[in-house]
Amino acid sequence: MGKRVTFGNTFIGIALIVPQLLLVFTFFYWPTGEALYWAFTLEPPFGGGNQWVGWQNFETVFSDPKYYNSVKVSLIFAVGTTTMSISFALLLALFVDRQLPGYRVYRFAYFWPYALAAPAVGLAFRFIFAPQAGFVSAINTYFPGAWNPATNGNDAMLLIMLANAWKMVGYNFIFLLAGLQSMPRALLEAAALDGAGALRRIRDFQLPLLAPTLFFVLVINLTESFVDSFGIVEIVTNGGPANATDLMVFKIYTDGFVGKDYSLAAAQSIILMLLVVALTVVQFRFIERRVQYT
Amino acid sequence: MIERTPILNFVTHAILLSGLVILLLPIFIVLIATTHDLPTVNTVPMPLWPGSHMLENWSAAWTKGDFARALVNSLVVAVGVTVGKITIAALSAFSIVYFRYPGRTVLFWLIFITLMLPLEVRIVPTYAVAADALRPIKALFSLGNIDIGLPEWNLLNSYTGLILPLIATATGTFLYRQFFLTVPEELCESAKMDGAGPLRFFWDILIPLSATNMAALAVIMFVYAWNQFLWPLLVVNKPHMMTATVQLDRIVPGPLFGQPPIWNEAMAATLIVMIPPLIVVIMLQRWFIRGLIQSDK
Repeated sequence: MGKRVTFGNTFIGIALIVPQLLLVFTFFYWPTGEALYWAFTLEPPFGGGNQWVGWQNFETVFSDPKYYNSVKVSLIFAVGTTTMSISFALLLALFVDRQLPGYRVYRFAYFWPYALAAPAVGLAFRFIFAPQAGFVSAINTYFPGAWNPATNGNDAMLLIMLANAWKMVGYNFIFLLAGLQSMPRALLEAAALDGAGALRRIRDFQLPLLAPTLFFVLVINLTESFVDSFGIVEIVTNGGPANATDLMVFKIYTDGFVGKDYSLAAAQSIILMLLVVALTVVQFRFIERRVQYT
Repeated sequence: MIERTPILNFVTHAILLSGLVILLLPIFIVLIATTHDLPTVNTVPMPLWPGSHMLENWSAAWTKGDFARALVNSLVVAVGVTVGKITIAALSAFSIVYFRYPGRTVLFWLIFITLMLPLEVRIVPTYAVAADALRPIKALFSLGNIDIGLPEWNLLNSYTGLILPLIATATGTFLYRQFFLTVPEELCESAKMDGAGPLRFFWDILIPLSATNMAALAVIMFVYAWNQFLWPLLVVNKPHMMTATVQLDRIVPGPLFGQPPIWNEAMAATLIVMIPPLIVVIMLQRWFIRGLIQSDK
């Protein structure tokens, strides 16, 4: 892993890595360990040290219908927002890759929403889709009660999915376009010479070759939607109406910091950690094997 | 590309153009909303031509959100995270690649694993650590029954507390390690022959060589840090330490902008929060895209 030519001064070498190790220990390993400890202990109501309770916290979590609801809406959110965002980005990337005049302008214009802060995007969407103001609620004048994210759980869920998908389009677009552009042009031209039209080339040539990149953005999007959704939920729906958008990260936050139940929040954190680690392992394995077409 | 396909070309342009409209429309509506007075902004649907109240809405948002202060806070945090991250990542990658001491592979993996769990999923205990950042160290020493008498170091409501936990990941370290591994061996060999020590070699040769990587990492980290929301929301509860994104949470339906929200001012505040990272990304888009694709997380 290192170099053939190295420096002999071990003391300096170790001194250089110490700051990073201290940070990682203090803000990563210690908190993660503490989450594990809290997940298996309970703080007695009248002070004193934490008491070991085994799986009791997890049993509490798993016997709570609200938790299942939170897992369910997280999955719906993850699948919905990922599908919307990737398919839209894929459509744009495929057509930008045709490199008609002006494609550079589009290439620039598509990725910038990714630079915006999630809560700001959330607030913007909350206004545009607000039931009593904004834009979309105009539909209510023709179909009364057709759109109201403040009272209708499905509308609220659709709203946060849209906001998150809109924000992620740029990211997905960048990766998919890079994947398309790394394909050898000569193969594409050979296919064209053999009489394959543009749509045929997309279906039989570009999409199959793009599969690894698609898989990569899919995993990243799922992870992000589990982890990074807090800002949008907090600003747009606050978990409501009636817990319809009570995503897992948001529930950990409300149980831990609003409800002050660290043990319960820690047990949920551990479950979410396992989920995210599983997704990340899949992603790392994929990066190792990333296929090169040369 | 190769053949003449007038119909498909037309379809392509139509799709690309509508994609552009879909991506720009929300921001356009928000911008228009900031130019109307309150009754107009609350009509459904809101008119799509600009009104004449832009200046007063923006200045009201600026004052109510105390953005003069909040933007400075965000800037300090974003720059702090960027600089800190690059420094620590470059140093530890240098240590891992260019020195040979026992256990460095283990250390590398210890750092690398941090990529697996983002701050959000370990938010509760990290918050507890921020209340006394030296507690883990103390606990480590007390295992050996040594009391080294460290003071309590409370990170809440401080720039240090906003910055340090965001630096403690492996993103940049991995990137730098990959880059250092591609640097030719001869460079180090000849530098040593000319009598350069490790720090000299690092500063005069590796750092200039890695300028491209550094720029890419810097843009990514700046935007990442600026857009942080959950962590500053927890660590800060004093108004003068609020970052720009956290101010948004206080706008609707919060005490700042009333309930129901005063949308025209709230939208101006949204744009104020959006603009700085947008400027950075537009000016440095090459580095931003490069950073995205390289860091691969």
